[in-house]
Amino acid sequence: MLLPILRRLSEMLFVMFGISVVVFLIFFATPGADPSARIAGRNATPEVLAQVRHSFGFDQPMPVQYLKVMEKLFVSRDLTSFVNRGERVIPAVVEATPVTLSLVFGAAVIWVVFAIIMGMIAAATRGGIPDRLLMFLGLVGISMPVFWVGSVANLITQSRFHNTWLFHWVPGLGYTPLTQHPFLWFKGLVIPWVTLAILYIGLYGRVLRANLVEAYQEDFIRTARAKGLSESRIMLRHALRTSLITFVSMFGLDFGALVGGGALLTEVVFNLPGVGRLTYLALQSLDLPFIMATVMYSSFFVVVANAVVDIAYAWLDPRVRDAR
Amino acid sequence: MPADQIPNTAETLLDVQDLCVSFRSERGIIRILENVSFTVRAREILSIVGESGSGKSMTSLAVMRLITDPNAIITGSITYKGRDLLKLSPREMRDLRGREIAMIFQDPMTAMTPVYTIGWQIEEQLRAHQDLSRHAARARAVELLGEMGVPAPAKAATRYPHQLSGGLRQRAMIAMALSCNPSLLIADEPTTALDVTVQAQILELLQRLRTDFGSSVMLITHDMGVVATVSDRVMVMYSGIIAERGPKPDVLGQPTHPYTLGLLHSIPPMHGEKPHRLPSIPGSPPSPMGRPPGCPFQPRCEFRMDACATRPPLFRNGMQEASCWLADKGLPDWAHERAIRTTGEAA
Amino acid sequence: MSTAKPMLKADSVSKTFKVGSRFRAGGIQHLHALQDVSIEVYPGEIVGLVGESGCGKSTLGRCLLRLYDVNDGRITFKDRDITGLSQRELRPLRADMQMVFQDPYSSLNPRRRVGDLIAEPLRVHGKYSAGDIQTRLRELMDLVNLSPDFLTRFPHEFSGGQRQRIGIARAIALSPSLIVADEPVSALDVSVQAQIVNLFMDLQEKLGLTYVFIAHDLSVVRQIATRTAVMYLGGIVELGETDRVLHRPAHPYTAALISAVPEPDPHGNIKARTILRGEPPSPTNPPSGCRFHTRCPVAQDRCSAEIPRLRSLGDNRSVACHFPLDGSVAAHA
Repeated sequence: MLLPILRRLSEMLFVMFGISVVVFLIFFATPGADPSARIAGRNATPEVLAQVRHSFGFDQPMPVQYLKVMEKLFVSRDLTSFVNRGERVIPAVVEATPVTLSLVFGAAVIWVVFAIIMGMIAAATRGGIPDRLLMFLGLVGISMPVFWVGSVANLITQSRFHNTWLFHWVPGLGYTPLTQHPFLWFKGLVIPWVTLAILYIGLYGRVLRANLVEAYQEDFIRTARAKGLSESRIMLRHALRTSLITFVSMFGLDFGALVGGGALLTEVVFNLPGVGRLTYLALQSLDLPFIMATVMYSSFFVVVANAVVDIAYAWLDPRVRDAR
Repeated sequence: MPADQIPNTAETLLDVQDLCVSFRSERGIIRILENVSFTVRAREILSIVGESGSGKSMTSLAVMRLITDPNAIITGSITYKGRDLLKLSPREMRDLRGREIAMIFQDPMTAMTPVYTIGWQIEEQLRAHQDLSRHAARARAVELLGEMGVPAPAKAATRYPHQLSGGLRQRAMIAMALSCNPSLLIADEPTTALDVTVQAQILELLQRLRTDFGSSVMLITHDMGVVATVSDRVMVMYSGIIAERGPKPDVLGQPTHPYTLGLLHSIPPMHGEKPHRLPSIPGSPPSPMGRPPGCPFQPRCEFRMDACATRPPLFRNGMQEASCWLADKGLPDWAHERAIRTTGEAA
Repeated sequence: MSTAKPMLKADSVSKTFKVGSRFRAGGIQHLHALQDVSIEVYPGEIVGLVGESGCGKSTLGRCLLRLYDVNDGRITFKDRDITGLSQRELRPLRADMQMVFQDPYSSLNPRRRVGDLIAEPLRVHGKYSAGDIQTRLRELMDLVNLSPDFLTRFPHEFSGGQRQRIGIARAIALSPSLIVADEPVSALDVSVQAQIVNLFMDLQEKLGLTYVFIAHDLSVVRQIATRTAVMYLGGIVELGETDRVLHRPAHPYTAALISAVPEPDPHGNIKARTILRGEPPSPTNPPSGCRFHTRCPVAQDRCSAEIPRLRSLGDNRSVACHFPLDGSVAAHA
């Protein structure tokens, strides 16, 4: 049992190492551009440039440069932004992480629960009116861009209908830490959660329905009926359980990507100071240290999510367990 | 139906009358089964044999009411222990399935849910019909696996379907089907996916069921050899109708339908003289959409005559019935020949 | 038979597949699909390969045609060692040795017409003009008893038996001398199976073909094969004239296999059978000594220790068994 976990961990480390090398090469070894100029940002003074060149060791060979950058990122953690002078990158990312986690966790709970309900109802009534209606709604959900949904939600809850009984509870945009005021944390995130979840409910609901309908063609469903089991038991214990593989793998990757900063648009629209918004701001100002840090951070979560998906596979399907 | 007038001491367990199954489709109504009637008696093995498209599997699914397609039209009556299954509510039917009538399928690999252990799946069936604790259900599951000849049953119960060999999987499947002591077991091609030496083991097990469990078996197969090995009575189906039925020695020994005869002759013999060429039936079985009018076998039949343009009813000769105009006038000549041949071989 | 020169010869052929993965628990395992298999196929004969799933009969068929590389041993076709030839070097030989598969449908491109499918090998080979191809197509359709009208149709319009006829027409298009048929009738209905078996026999007579006919159904092999090799877990356990092997089996496995065949005998009864217990062991971990000893009803100590070699019994038959059955034991009686 220990060995597979160790192997998995070393695989993760190896992948992370690969990503860090690629990120490093893109930022520092792209020919034709002085990396120090790019790190220093636009309109940097010659003094700043010299300082950057020295502190990153650009006068030294490539592997040394790589090690220096990694040291700055992970060991001394003193890589600083060149747009907001003196702002340290790593603490900023660490500070933004709980915001993103709060947003994504909540949205994930909503989308998993609703997608499963939607997929099951649609599959149980396949071909019927509820099925068609749900699949249509799902398509609508997928088609609506998240920034548009967010803006409309803001328009409704923050201005147009804010003073009605329906939305007067919605606090202003921004984030309240959970530790500070849990109820306010919750209230402030409800609308962003739903906004972020809509797309995924549609996507996951449709995928799950397709997988369930496929599962219903399987021989073992016929066996389950022949055993005299109830339809709900057949759905939950036999069809759903075997249909979750695609669902879980999609979830792992999407979740990882979102925690890693993929919820950027939602964070920007709702003015949540999360990692996505940090990335967004860094991109706007071409703040390379920040971009690098957020890319590494996001790759970490994607890799972790992948590992979790693999473990979930084994839990879901004993055949996978045996194959490894 | 004449078959029921045969004096027999055994009680009738299942009585299917005029079962018709068809499907609505864009191209009109597709008939799969046409007026199929038969009975299964207590503690007997009835084999339903036929090629692809004969409707043999559809018959078994209809009896279990497992045809879930909303476009299916099912008429006739299926009387099991005095109750018409087609008139039962879904709930009553569910209660019967698995408890009174159980079913096993061709490929136990795909017929068992891959993510649960064998033991779990047997327990599930037991607990669906009986008020048992998990512990008691597991004990019974292990006991059943043992009775089915699974070595180290307690360990086997903890295995997943893919971890067992084909033969053991089918044994586990049978153990599950028998867990609630059903009176009728429907076995749909139970040995087709298995190797011949393992097939022999499973057939032996099936034959033991009536003595050990008092169950009747409705065996669906395409293999005349399997029919010959285990059944008491045989029903040969072709293109959705009953071609011939009767006691096994009669049907196999002196077939009165040209299709039965052709089918038997198509099988290369394991003994005696090898034919220079196998006597084969020309053409292939029709698809349900392309069934010819009148007798469905007539385009492939070497004895075709004018009368074949109308569908023949089942004619009776002794214990045997065949839906062929030739059987109207007693046993056809070839039946006698075949009878002489087979008794000669057996001697 | 022994005076003629073999057309195809496999000499101590072994084939191992790697299963599993280096990155997974258990690591790489070796599946011994064939171990030290030797067989000779003479011109004009039909050699049947029988055995249960996992016995290696299909692998042997593919190795004989060099569709698989072999790990060990030598394969000679018409006096030429083809063991080490590259696929490129083999291409000219392919015209002379063809394969027919169990499910012709999966090997026929569904978007192409039957005529194109059968003509494909002719075009690839390049020695036929467009007119020649049309003539040859009609000839081939006639040989496999299909109407020439079918040439313009698509594979899905045909029944299983007709598809197999198409597969056969394609295989004989270039007039090969050897055909390896891998379970060509297993997926067919009984009534159609007989037609295809007859077709194989007709073509063999008309065209003087040589077959290696792989089947799990003993009765089909009895009907068609002149010689039969019975395989078990990667090795040939008995090899000889079909009638001798099937009526007076010398290997306990052959005897058990014959006994297990259900026959359409109206007075049939399972109790008259000798039923083999258990199932074939995994070829990734075959038993020591004689691979059959774990299921053999007459196994002795020696069987688990020493691998029996295939040795001649004198009557054109060889057996790999330390204690072959007395020839007088008829299989079924």
